[in-house]
Amino acid sequence: MKQARIATAWLGGCSGCHMSFLDMDEWLFELAEVADIVYSPIADVKEFPSDVDATLIEGAVTNEDNLELAREIRGKSRLVLSFGDCAVTGNVTAMRNPLGDPLQILQSVYVDAPDRDGQIPDAPGIVPALLPEVLPLHKVIRVDAFIPGCPPPADRIRAALEALLEGVLPPNRGEAIRFG
Amino acid sequence: MAAPIDLHEVMDREREERFRTRWRVKACASTACMSAGAGATIQAVEDMVEREDMELEVQVIPTGCMGLCSAGPLMRMMRRGGDETDYQKVTPDAAKEIVRSHVLNEEPVPEHLLDTTMPFFTSQERVVLANGGVINPDRIESYVAHGGYQALEKALTSMKPKQVIEEIRRSGLRGRGGAGYPVGSKWSLLAAAGGKTKYVVANGDEGDPGAYMDRTIMEDDPHRLIEGIAIAAYATGADQAYIYVRAEYPRAIERLDRAIRVARRNRLLGRKILDTNFSLAVEVRIGAGAFVCGEETALMASIEGRRGTPQLRPPYPTEKGLWGAPTMINNVETLANVAPIIDRGGDWFASIGTEKSTGTKVFALAGDIVNTGLIEVPMGTSLREIVEEIGGGVPDGRSFKAAQTGGPSGGCIPAKFLDTPVDYESLRELGSIMGSGGLIVMDDEVRMPDVAKFFMEFSMDESCGKCTPCRAGTVQMHNLLQRITDGNGTRRDLRDLEHLCSVVRDMSLCGLGQSAPNPVISTLQYFRSEYEALIDEEEVVHA
Amino acid sequence: MRETRSAVHVSFDGVEYEGYAGESVLQCARRNGVTVPSLCFLEGLSVWGGCRICVVEIAEDHRLRPACATQIAADMEVKVETPRLRAYRKAILELLFAEGNHVCAVCVSNGKCELQDMAVLCGMDHVRYDYQSPLREIDASHPKYVFDPNRCILCTRCVRVCDEIEGAHVWDIGFRGEEAHLVTEMNKPWGESLSCTWCGKCVAVCPTGSLAYEGRAIGEMEHDPAMIQRLAVARNRGEWLYPGEEQ
Repeated sequence: MKQARIATAWLGGCSGCHMSFLDMDEWLFELAEVADIVYSPIADVKEFPSDVDATLIEGAVTNEDNLELAREIRGKSRLVLSFGDCAVTGNVTAMRNPLGDPLQILQSVYVDAPDRDGQIPDAPGIVPALLPEVLPLHKVIRVDAFIPGCPPPADRIRAALEALLEGVLPPNRGEAIRFG
Repeated sequence: MAAPIDLHEVMDREREERFRTRWRVKACASTACMSAGAGATIQAVEDMVEREDMELEVQVIPTGCMGLCSAGPLMRMMRRGGDETDYQKVTPDAAKEIVRSHVLNEEPVPEHLLDTTMPFFTSQERVVLANGGVINPDRIESYVAHGGYQALEKALTSMKPKQVIEEIRRSGLRGRGGAGYPVGSKWSLLAAAGGKTKYVVANGDEGDPGAYMDRTIMEDDPHRLIEGIAIAAYATGADQAYIYVRAEYPRAIERLDRAIRVARRNRLLGRKILDTNFSLAVEVRIGAGAFVCGEETALMASIEGRRGTPQLRPPYPTEKGLWGAPTMINNVETLANVAPIIDRGGDWFASIGTEKSTGTKVFALAGDIVNTGLIEVPMGTSLREIVEEIGGGVPDGRSFKAAQTGGPSGGCIPAKFLDTPVDYESLRELGSIMGSGGLIVMDDEVRMPDVAKFFMEFSMDESCGKCTPCRAGTVQMHNLLQRITDGNGTRRDLRDLEHLCSVVRDMSLCGLGQSAPNPVISTLQYFRSEYEALIDEEEVVHA
Repeated sequence: MRETRSAVHVSFDGVEYEGYAGESVLQCARRNGVTVPSLCFLEGLSVWGGCRICVVEIAEDHRLRPACATQIAADMEVKVETPRLRAYRKAILELLFAEGNHVCAVCVSNGKCELQDMAVLCGMDHVRYDYQSPLREIDASHPKYVFDPNRCILCTRCVRVCDEIEGAHVWDIGFRGEEAHLVTEMNKPWGESLSCTWCGKCVAVCPTGSLAYEGRAIGEMEHDPAMIQRLAVARNRGEWLYPGEEQ
C-alpha cells in the first residue's frame, strides 16, 4: 500500500499544537508505518513538497510569510486542516486585533516601552511584515476540516489522523470540537 | 367648568371671517416649504399688506402641506367666491408681485404659476390630507370650520361605543404603520379587555428614512389626530391616551401640545367631553431617538420611562400593555382616518381603494423622480400611475429601475412590476411591504447592492441590541455587503449573506430584526446579477 | 405547597411526553430530559428571550418560537432537531463568538463555560463570519469581582438576578446595537457603585467568564447558576428556612 503523504505546518502560534502532536508518543511509530511526514517544523525539509494528501496547519495568519505559506500549502495539498485554536479562531495570536494598526503596537512594544534605543524591527526578506489584522486560516484559504483545542489533546489529533488515513474527514461532533 | 365649544357657532363665525376680505392668500408653512424659505415669503406678504394698507382687501393664512414639496414655497391666491390660482417657488419678491398683481389688477403672474391640472394634483384623493393647504393648523376654529370635531360629537351623542367599532370594521380600515392589521379588530380587543384603566396610544415615532406622512399630519392637522384618538378612546373605553412623538419632530410636539391645551379648554378633551359622560386625558410623550421605539412593545417601555427595547409577545398590548393595563397602539395616519369614517360612514370609506385594502394611503415620494412630495392616493393605485403620472417620471432622460417601499423593512420593486396595484397583499407578494409610506424611486444609475447596504447600515445602527441575530447579524450582513460592494466579495460571502438573511429574518425577536434582511432579500431576488458581477469567482481572497 | 397541575400531551421530535399547563416549552423539555440548547434562560429569573438559541419549531404553523417564552399547549408538536434549526443555532453561536473577544485558551472559565459547552452541543467547530474584535475595557475596580465585557454575551442574567432576587439593580444595559454593553449604575466603575451589595449573585449566574472572582486564573472560575435557581424556586414556593413562617 502506498504511504499517505502527511504534512504539518506552523504559522502564527506557540508551537503548542506540535508539542501535543509529539504527545501522541508511541502512536507516532504506528503513524510512521502508514504515512510519511513530508513536511513539518519537526522534520528538516526546506521546501513544501507537492502532492501532499493532508496538511495540518497550526497557528493564525499574522504576517506575509504566513499568508504566502498558507497559499502554497493549499495549492499543494488535497486536504487542509486547521490545527488548533489559533488556526481555527485566531485565538491568543489574534488578541492584538482590537488594538488596531500593527505599526502602533510595534511602536509601543519596541520603541515606547524599552528604556532606551528601541526600534521597530525592519529587515525586509528576514522579518516578515505584519498583516493589518490576524486572521483565522479559513479566512485566507479554503479549509476542509477543523481540529480546535489549545492545544488539541493528543488523542484528538490521533482520532483526526486515523480518520484521514481511513479516507474520511475527522470527527466534528461532541468533545472533538471543544475550544480552549 | 367652561361650556363646551359650540361647533356650529364657530363654523358660522369662520364663514363670516372667510368672506371678510376679497382676497385670501394661503401660503404653505409646512416643514418642507419652510426650509425652502416660506417663512420669509409669508413675512414679506404680511409686511406688505400692513404697509400698503391692504388689510381690508387681503388676509394671509399660513397652512399645512400643499403636497408638491419639490416646488416650494407654495402659495395660493383665493378670490372671494371665485377662482383659486396656485403658485410655486414663491420667493418674497415674487410673493409681493403676485399679491399686488391680483389685488390691484386682477392679473395672475405667469412665471410662478403652478399647473394644478397636472396628474400630481388630479390623480390624488385626499382623505387624511384633506386639510393640507386649507386650514391654519394653529387655529382650532379653522379645523372646526372644515367639519372638524363633528365626528366626535356624532359619536359621543348618537352612537354607542359598539356602533363606532362596527363602523370602523365596516370601513375595512387597516393599520397604516406597516403591518396592516384590521383596525376594527384591534379596537374590539381593547373594548373587550377588562380592567378599570385602559390606554390608547398614537404611534408618531415615524422613523423610515425619507418618510414624513405622520409628521405632516401631526404638524399640519393636529386636531384631526386628537379627534381620532378621542373617538378611539370612546369606542374602546379608554380614559387616558398618549401621543408618542419622536424628539426629532419639535414642531409636531409644539403643535400637538398646543392643540391638546386648546381642545381641553374647549371641552373636546378632559372631563365630561362636550357635556357627555366621556372623559379623556391626552398627553404627548417624546421619544429619545431610537427607531426601534416604533415597535409597540419598545414604545410602551419608552413611555413608561424604561429602556426602549421590545418585549416578547404574547402577552399582546391589548392584554397587558402600559403599566400592565390593556393598551392599544395605532399609527398616526390610521387615527387620522377615523374622523372621516365616522363622519361619512364606513361604507363610503370602503368604496375607496380595493376590496382588502380600503381607503387611501399617503406616500412620501422621494428619490429620482420629478415631483417629490407628499401624495395621497386610493389603495390599489398602480405603482406606474404613482411614479409616471403623479410623480412625473424619472428626470434627466434616465429610466426607472426600482421603487423602494417600506423603508429599511421593505424591499425594492423592479420595473417589470410597475403595474402592480399598491395594496398590502400585492406588495408583500413582491417581497416588499406597504410600510408606513416611504416610496423612493431609483433610476438606472443606482447600484442595488449599494441600496441594500444603505438600509442594512440603518438597521444595524438602529438595532436595540437585545437579541443576537439582529444585534450581531446585521453587523455581519453589513460587513459582507461592504466587502461585496467594494468589489472584494467572494462566492462564499454571497452564500453567507443569503444564509444570514434567513437567520436574522426567522430568529429575531421583533419586527425590526425580522424585516431587516428584506432590502437584501428583494434586491437579491430581482437584481442578483448585480451582486454576481461584483464578486470574485475565488472562494477565499480576504487578505 | 404544590398545586395539582393538569397534564397535557406534547411531543418533542415525535416522542410523546407529558406537559403541564402553565409551563414553558423549555421547562417541559428539561423536566422530561429532552435537550433544548439555551443560554440566557435561567430558572428562577424572568424570561428574557434575547439569545434566541432555544428557538424551536411548533409543528402546527411551522413558526419558530423561543422555547423559554412559549407556553405548552395540549397536543403541541415541538421540533428541536431539524436541519434548519441546527443550522440557525450554529449561526447564532458563530455570531456570538464573532462579536466579542472569546479567547477560550486564556479565559477564567475555560472548561466550565456555558458558551463553550453550547458550541460543543451545537456542533460549531469554527466561525465563518469576520471577528468584530471590539476594543472593550475590563472593569477591575470592584475589590471582590472582575467584569470582562470581552466575554459578555448580553444574556442579562446578572441584570435580572440583581434586580429580581437581590433587589439592588446595579446592572443594566446601556447603549444600543453593537455598542450595547453592560453598565453598573449610571455607567460608572463597578467599584464606585453604592448600590452593589457584594452579594455575588451576578457572578454566580454568569454563563461565561465575563463575571468572575478577583484573582482567578485560567480555568479556575466556577459559576453556580443552580444555586440561584434553588434560591429563586424555593422563594417562589415559600420554602422558608423555618417552616411555619409562611405568609
